[in-house]
Parts: sequence; C-alpha cells; structure tokens
Amino acid sequence: MHSSRRSLIKAAIAAALIGAAPAQALAQAKTVKVGVLHSLSGTMAISETVLKDVALMAFDEINAKGGVMGHRIEPVVVDPASNWPLFAEKARQLVSQDKVAAVFGCWTSVSRKSVLPVFEELNGLLFYPVQYEGEDLSKNVFYTGAAPNQQAIPAVEYLMSKDGGGAKRFVLLGTDYVYPRTTNKILRAFLKSKGVKEADIDEKYTPFGHGDYQTIVADIRKFSAGGKTAVISTINGDSNVPFYKELGNQGLKATDVPVVAFSVGEEELRGVDTRPLVGHLAAWNYFMSIKNPENDAFKAKWAAYAKAKKLPGADKPLTNDPMEATYIGIYLWKQAVEKAKTFDTDKVIAAMGGQSMKAPSGFVAKMDEKNHHLHKPVLIGEVKGDGQFNVVWKTKGPVRAQPWSPFIEGNDRKKDEPEKK
Amino acid sequence: MPAVALLVALAFPDAARALSASDVQELATGDGDERVEAVRSLAATRDPAARRLIEAALSGSVQSSSSARQVFVVVDGKAVDAATGAPVAALPADAEDLVVNNRLRRVLETALAVFALASDDREERAAAIAAVEKDPQSVDTALLDAALAREPDAALGARLDMVRAAAALASDDRAQRLAAIGRLADSRSPSTRLLLLPFVERNADGAFRESDAELRAAAQAAIGAIDDRERTSRLAGAVFSGVSLGSVLLLAALGLAITYGLMGVINMAHGELLMVGAYATWIVQDAFRAHLPGAVDWYLAAAIPAAFASAAALGVVIERTVIRFLYGRPLETLLATFGVSLLLIQLVRTLFGAQNVEVANPSWMSGGIELASNLTLPWNRLYIILFSALVVAGVWAILNLTRLGLFVRAVTQNRAMASCVGVKTRRVDTMAFGLGSGVAGLGGCALSQVGNVGPDLGQAFIVDSFMAVVLGGVGQLAGTVVGSLGLGVVSKFLEPWSGAVLAKIAVLVMIVLFIQRRPQGLFALKGRSAEA
Repeated sequence: MHSSRRSLIKAAIAAALIGAAPAQALAQAKTVKVGVLHSLSGTMAISETVLKDVALMAFDEINAKGGVMGHRIEPVVVDPASNWPLFAEKARQLVSQDKVAAVFGCWTSVSRKSVLPVFEELNGLLFYPVQYEGEDLSKNVFYTGAAPNQQAIPAVEYLMSKDGGGAKRFVLLGTDYVYPRTTNKILRAFLKSKGVKEADIDEKYTPFGHGDYQTIVADIRKFSAGGKTAVISTINGDSNVPFYKELGNQGLKATDVPVVAFSVGEEELRGVDTRPLVGHLAAWNYFMSIKNPENDAFKAKWAAYAKAKKLPGADKPLTNDPMEATYIGIYLWKQAVEKAKTFDTDKVIAAMGGQSMKAPSGFVAKMDEKNHHLHKPVLIGEVKGDGQFNVVWKTKGPVRAQPWSPFIEGNDRKKDEPEKK
Repeated sequence: MPAVALLVALAFPDAARALSASDVQELATGDGDERVEAVRSLAATRDPAARRLIEAALSGSVQSSSSARQVFVVVDGKAVDAATGAPVAALPADAEDLVVNNRLRRVLETALAVFALASDDREERAAAIAAVEKDPQSVDTALLDAALAREPDAALGARLDMVRAAAALASDDRAQRLAAIGRLADSRSPSTRLLLLPFVERNADGAFRESDAELRAAAQAAIGAIDDRERTSRLAGAVFSGVSLGSVLLLAALGLAITYGLMGVINMAHGELLMVGAYATWIVQDAFRAHLPGAVDWYLAAAIPAAFASAAALGVVIERTVIRFLYGRPLETLLATFGVSLLLIQLVRTLFGAQNVEVANPSWMSGGIELASNLTLPWNRLYIILFSALVVAGVWAILNLTRLGLFVRAVTQNRAMASCVGVKTRRVDTMAFGLGSGVAGLGGCALSQVGNVGPDLGQAFIVDSFMAVVLGGVGQLAGTVVGSLGLGVVSKFLEPWSGAVLAKIAVLVMIVLFIQRRPQGLFALKGRSAEA
C-alpha cells in the first residue's frame, strides 16, 4: 500500500507541524486531492451539476479555514456524462491515477452500482449523497442520502393518512432502472402489508430522457376513476420537466390526484411553471424553505458562492436535499480525517461512525456507528406557486436508516453493517 | 357535521354569527380535523369577512403568531387581524405562514365555492360549480337547491342539477337515492363514478355494501353508461396524442425529407439543426424578457423567423464547407456530417453550458380545453399540430409553385440535363440544403414548446426522423407526412398496454420488418425518375 503509507507520512509531518506553524501558511504547503464524480452533461446534468458546485463551495470554505488537518483540498472534477460505464472508468482514474483521498459523487443508483466494484477493488472511499433504494452496504461507501424507510415509506404512509388525502389506489411511475424498480418492489410489499389489493396498484416505467407523457397522464386519469388515487413518482432526470408540464396542461390537480416525487426538488422545478402544480408533493430530508439559523447560513453561503462564480441560475440561487447531503458528507469526512489523524481509507472509515454535525435541516445529522448511513429527519413538502416547498409533515426527530428493507424477502437475515473483507 | 352548521345558518338566517375568534385560531393552529371543522364553521357564517379570510388562506397570505395567539391577513405588507379586521401595526416576530395542505385546500375551495355560487358573474359561478362537483356531498343540499333555483344559465343549471343529484346519493330517502342514481348516468364529472362505486362494491367478507338490489342494479347501469362515454373519449384522446406525437416527429423529419429525401444527402447533423432552432427560440425569449417584458407572450412571433434563419444560415455554411465536396459519396458524407454534429453539440455546450435551458410556454399556450371529464387537449399540442400543418403546406408550396422548387426538382431528377439548360446546380444545391435546414430550425422551435432544450436535443430525434422519412418513402413529402403521423399514432396505441419502454422497441421491430418487405417505403417514386 504505497500510497497510503505516503499519505500516512504526510499526515504525520502535517500533524507535527500544526503545533509549530500557523495553519494558514501551512495550508498552502500541503495538499490533498479529492474527487468529484457528477454528470455535468446528459440527462442527469439537470440534477447533478449543482452537487459538483456545492462540493467545490464546501472545499473553498474548508480551505479558507485552514484545510483538512492543515492540508489544502485540491478538487479533481471529472464529467462521467450520464454514461454509466464511464462512471466506472472515471472512478478508476480518480482513485488509481489521481490518488484522491475520497470521492464525492454519483446520483443514479445505476451509476453507484457501476462504480462500486472499482471502489472495493482499489479500497477507495465514496460519499453518495442521494436518496436511494437501499439493498446496498459497502464498507467503502458512506450513504448520506435517505434509505427507503427515511423517505419512501413515510411518504406513502402520509398519502394513506387522512391529512394526505386517504389514497386507496396507487400509480407507481418511474424511470426504467434499478432505483425505481427496487423502490417500487419495496412499496408494493409495503402497500400489500397495509391491505391494498394488487388491482389497486399500477406500475409503469418510461425510458431515461422520455419526453412524451400524454399517454401516461391520460392513464393516471383513467386509473383514478376507480378510487382515490395517488401517484408515486420515481422519475429521474430531465423527464420530470415534460411530465409536470403535461400534468399542468391536462389540468390534473393535486387536490384530485396528488403526485409525490422522490427525485424532484427545488432544482428540478426550476424552469417549470409551478402554479398549476401547487399541492403536488415531494419527500426529502431537507427543503430550502426550512427556517433555522443553520439553513439561513447555508443558503446565504450558496447564494454568495453562486454569484461569485457566476453559476447558471445565480440570479435565483436554490438549495436542495442532495446538496445538503453532499455538504454534510464533506464535513463529516473532514471530521473523521481529523479524528483518525490520517487520510488512510481504512482508518477514516473506522473514524466515520458516530460523527455528527448540526445540519441545515435543523436536526443533528449523525453517521450511524455501524451501517454507514446517516440518521435523518423525514419531511414531506407541497409545491408552492414559486417553486418552493411547504413542509406539511415531518418526523419528530432523526430516523435511523434501514438499508435492508424489511419489505424485501430474505433481508431479515442480512447484517446491518458492511461485511469485513 | 358541517352540513348541520350550514343548515342552521340557512334555516335561521339571523343566527349567522360573526367570525368567532376560536374558529379563526383553530384554522391557524389546530390539527387536521380541527382545521377542516374550523373552515366549515367559518363558511357557515356566510359573512363576507369569512370569505376574505378563506381567499387569503388559499392565496397564502395568512400568518399566525402563537405567542400573541393572533391570526393575520397580510396583503402588500399590511396586516389586519383576521377575526376583527382591525389593522395591526407590526407583526409579532414569531408570525409564520399558515401552511395549507391538499386536504385543507380542497375544503377551502369548496367553502369558497359556496360563497361564489351566489355571485352575479357567470365565470365565477362556473368555477364554483367546478369546485363543488369535486366534493358534492360536503355541501348542504338546501343551499344547492337555492342555487339551482337562482341559476339563469341553462348549461350551468344542468351541471348544478348533477351536483344536486350526487349530493342526494347520501340522502336517507331510498326513492331520492334511486332517482339520483338514474340521473347521474348523464353526469360528466369525474367524481361521479367514485360516488357510485360504493353502491356496487363488496366488503372484505364478500357481501355487497349496498344491500338493496334495485339500487345496486341502477348504480351498475349508471357506471356502465359513464364507462361507455369514457371509452369513446379515451379513444379520441389516444388518437389525439398520436397525432400530436406524429406532428412533433413530422416537424423534426420534414427538413430531412428535403435534404435526404430529395437531395440524397445523409445528414447526421440534422438533429443539431433542430437544436440550433430550439436555442434560437430560447435566445429570442430571453431577449424579450430582458428588453420587452410586456410582450413576452408574443416572443414566438420573432422566434419562428429567427429559428428558421439561424438554422438555414448554418445549413448553408455546412453545405458550402463540407457537403458540396462529397456529393455522390454517401459514406463520406455520413462520416463528415457525424463529425459536424459532434462539433455543434460541443460548441453549444461550451457557449451555453451543458444543462438544459428553460423555454416557457407563452400563457396562451398553457393549459388546455376540456372536452370531456377525462379528455383535455393541451393548447401547446394543438398549436403544434396547426403549426406543422402550416409548415408542410409552406414546404409543398415552395417545392411545387416556385421557381426555386422547380429547379430543385429538376436538379434532383437529372442533374446533367438541368445544368445543360442553364440551371446553376451548385447554387440550387445550396439553396435546397438551406431550405431543409431552415425547416429543421422551425421544428426545433416547436420542440422547445413540448420538451427539454439542451445540447443533446438533436440526438433524441435523429433516429426517429430517419425512420419517418424512410418509412414514408424517400423523396416523397406526402410519404414523410404519413410516415410521421403513422409512427405517432401506432406508438400511442401500443403504449397503454405495453408500456413506454416496450412500445419504443415494438415500433422499431415493426419498421425493420416493414422495410424488409417494402424497401421503397409506403410511397414509392414511379416512372423514370425512380431509377435516377
């Protein structure tokens, strides 16, 4: 392990010097490379580009305060272009060629699955910031997004409740890949456990980048004639824009058939006229509209950064849940490195458990001691006319993640921590 | 029960109360049920102040403070106490927006509709009826009767009558219920079917929920009638969405029908010409937003010529610099234009960024017309169908009625002979390619109204465009029209039962089989020019 020994020595020197020299001066001397692996083009660019930007913002912020253990963060940004095999290639390049200490990246589960073997083989470290379907627990990955019990299940429970409209029938609509398929498998089992009949569940998929939602919306309308219906959307990427446009134009209102989305946040609704969409829902662990001092500071920092870097859309800066999760991930990594006093992957992984910070969501986000997932609050928001969300329901406190959903057979035998290699 | 409260208010008009402070407070801070109850009792006062409060809650201008136990209506920064109407100098620091969820929004809308039913304005009454149609049983029947007696408009009266019948389904009188079910067979409201369903559904133990067989049979007949009507309108809907998808394909493929169909140039950069048209639309839109904010709704009037001109100019440049050296060498043309396509994508990415840009529908293109409860035709799609018909007519006129069109046809049929009689063939090639590219630009302008505009826009359409042209028969404008519309309608009829993913594959398989059977396409050229 040549690289880790070298970084160990570096870290030791840095640690020795910290006492002697002012951190600021030192920050210029030592650097640590960190990878950012997000699609900056293709169908996922709509969602992922801002995650790259918020990561760079966090690095700037950390560097301005003296870096990580006196090391200045040097980001390596690559563009895997919404192309799943390319994700694996770029990940390999980051870990083996650029020797990055950690990688922050991926949105879709298919991209995560494609980089997973690379991180396990090269013993890299990946921080994955997006809500996902669970069924995954690697020692080399920290999941700062929500597992199904931190997003999907509470959202469906809300839809079935009196306040959520008491839905009896469900349309499970998603993009055709692993995250929607697995989530819908879990939801189907969950709905059945709640006594919803097979005939009252309609599962539909569209390809990535699908643009014509006329038939889908007409079908939803037809299905809703059979009883109080809600739509659970796991559509990902820029297909959301034509989907919501079609919903609005065909006049399907949230008071008739509410649509709850798991991958639509403030950023995806930019560029959509949200006035016809008022009342449609999204379930996340953070919304931009939350009021608390941490979020105010986070929003202000982001607005200033977007303006200074002249990012597209800087005139209307938006924050969203995966941005918050990226931000939390970076800071927890920094804390873990400082606790481990080294950038060595195994030692940092060992130090990650139990790290916590006061997150912009207003709650303390804590990395679980065992299962590599964050403890997060669950929030359900309704779309407002200005593209923001009103929080209409939330959990009392952070919820522990269940990466292995109890609604999938055989999961009860799986361990709640990564297998040691 | 809200109905009871309403009944009280109606039976004893004098009993109408002023806004009770506790109702107002409940609305702001109660739990779900308490808030619903508060809205209903507020509405029952039939006090104009209650109406104002309900309207304010719907538009999101109500705030409440838990420390002062006060509720405010805030308009333009000026706050008044919601219960007393007294102006408030300064809002308490902890004043928060009243959060309205779907359930409360529905109750608020129905409550507001009860007020609006008595309005003198027909539009307002129509909107109110649309709101009570969604939840007819929450409105007091006596109130509906009064509104029905007052209603001067026959169409609105008929709708109110249906609402009245739907409300009567909850009546205790069996005869009334039976009559109501009979009348509801003609109802066009989507909620009617939901209200009738309990009459025919079984409980978990297999027994019918409704024990009266006659009521059950009547409800079954009414549901059957509603379903029959829905089936017709659903079929109409499927045809419409097929034609709409077809018209989008047609706009994308029409330019190709000229450059590939007539001139025989395999132009892989055709998709990027669409993209250029879409970006031109976006640039014009942003220019209007920045400089002519008052006329933003009419930006398309300028965007259409701009999209045509920019794509046509780009087409002329491509023809002059790349394609003209490669006439008669299809393989090289294919590779060269593929290169041009990658170049253009990267250029746009560098200039405007990799993310999609926002092109908004003008307000006259948003929304749709409702033909039946389950059939709404969106305006943007209607306009695109119209636009594509106009573009087809225009292209046909240029090719068949103008001198340029005559030259283009002459050159494509017999280049040497055309040249001999003095046609400048090179010039005609450039003009024809420019025309085809310009039409692609128009297609891009239309695509920007229904889909995403990004550097990869063209990639999504290039395969479909070639498919439409080849299917229709190379060299035939009519073939492209039939090919595109056919593809659109077939995909839309396949989609409901096979899903969007399989429908796409099925269409491709069908085209492969069709082309094997009939390589010349639907419309084959006849006569000597076919061999040229």
